[in-house]
Amino acid sequence: MIQFNQVYKRYPGGHEALRDLSFEITEGEMVYLTGHSGAGKSTLLKLIAAIERPTSGSVLVKGQNIRSIKREAIPALRRNIGLIFQDHKLLFDRSAFDNVMLPLQIGGFDHRESAKRARAALDKVGLLAREKANPISLSGGEQQRLCIARAIVNRPAILLADEPTGNLDSDYANEIMHIFKSFHQVGVTLVISTHAENVLTQFPARELHLKQGALL
Amino acid sequence: MSTFIEHLRVLRATLLRLLLTPNATLLNVLIIGIALSLPVGGYVILKSVQSLTGQLTGTPQISVFIKVGTGAGEVTRIGDKLKQNAKIERVEFVPRDVAFKKLQQSTELSDVIGDLSQNPLPDAYIVYPKATDASAMESLRDELKTWAQFDHVQLDSAWVHRLEAVLGFGRLAVGILAGLLSFALIAITFNTIRLQILTRRDEIEVAKLIGATDAFIRRPFLYFGLAQGLLGGVAAWLIVSGSVFLLNHYLGDLASVYASEFSLLSLSIADSATLLGFAAYLGWLGAWFSVSQHLWQIEPR
Repeated sequence: MIQFNQVYKRYPGGHEALRDLSFEITEGEMVYLTGHSGAGKSTLLKLIAAIERPTSGSVLVKGQNIRSIKREAIPALRRNIGLIFQDHKLLFDRSAFDNVMLPLQIGGFDHRESAKRARAALDKVGLLAREKANPISLSGGEQQRLCIARAIVNRPAILLADEPTGNLDSDYANEIMHIFKSFHQVGVTLVISTHAENVLTQFPARELHLKQGALL
Repeated sequence: MSTFIEHLRVLRATLLRLLLTPNATLLNVLIIGIALSLPVGGYVILKSVQSLTGQLTGTPQISVFIKVGTGAGEVTRIGDKLKQNAKIERVEFVPRDVAFKKLQQSTELSDVIGDLSQNPLPDAYIVYPKATDASAMESLRDELKTWAQFDHVQLDSAWVHRLEAVLGFGRLAVGILAGLLSFALIAITFNTIRLQILTRRDEIEVAKLIGATDAFIRRPFLYFGLAQGLLGGVAAWLIVSGSVFLLNHYLGDLASVYASEFSLLSLSIADSATLLGFAAYLGWLGAWFSVSQHLWQIEPR
């Protein structure tokens, strides 16, 4: 599903964010990305979502090489990937419901079908009652769950989560990890970056530990 | 399947966005309308003047006046001779009696003419030459001048040529004005869309991250540019049509004093459709430039 071969990522100015990464994540697997901040976790996730391209080496996602993928092919790839951002990236000019509708509008789904799916996704993360609320009025944990609802609403094969429990207290974090666990159970490939020890012990899975851009 | 519905959704959102900021919308539409109304107004004036010259003389002509006292047989002979000339298309005879009657009927001069005890007008021929360019006409005039039987040879087309030249100049001026103000329209739309993109930057970035194509992101802005341009076109149409209506009201009084029937032509359906279509297209184009430029800048790196 996701395959890294001798991947390097260098930024202009010489900073080397990733060094010689080679690993594979199989379909349906759940993997943690661990390491200190600045170790390259976010960069690695960005490569998978084709937000950035590797400097050298190959990143294969569902058979497509991110290094050489055409600009026009990126939207189709991203629709297969659910992105959960640390800063949520929610839109505050519309309701929670409309935020979740966005990926479906982009995908060109029928409106009635979309509305049904959006409500199902909101229900899944426990926010159905707040569908009309503006995201700005939601708590941090609720915003994170809304971001998850948006990421899963068009049923992507891969979910990438960047520090999803980073700013949350342990109750909220557990709630969110339970949601992830349930996706893992239905066959979604999950890559979760985290440095929360309690999450790793409570919900054990394979760990890819990064240190200064290299795999340990 | 749902592409059509998607377009409808975007159209609805676009109209809502226009209505949501009525002041900005009104101002932009007005600026576009005024900018467009200038060349369109110029076009209306040109077209009206052009139709005036058409009314007066369809084709250029030369009038030859035969010496007073020439006998009827001689006049006919001259006519035949004119008709045989290879440079002449056709000839029209104007007998002096007919010319006199026409003159008596036509203008306020009839009072003066009525006092005349006898007809002072000569017999005349109106000559329609085959070649109607200025130099050919002039050489024909010079040739006819050498005929002994003619008192006076007059080339009636000189002023038509002059007017044509002025109209040509006017057309060029209107063309330049239209070109410049079209750029202004594109620039106005470009800027409006740029501001919108800045305020909707987050939305665009998020949409891109979750798999929106460039076309999807462009669409609402293109619709906006199109709608704004179209509304600007409607404003220009109203400005020009209103002005023509008002001016014609006063022109009517003015023209009747000079016994003329000059009035400004209103915009035809084809003209109106061209104006609206062009305005909408320019709005779309401005939006397209703007979005294309800014899509690259927003590109997640």
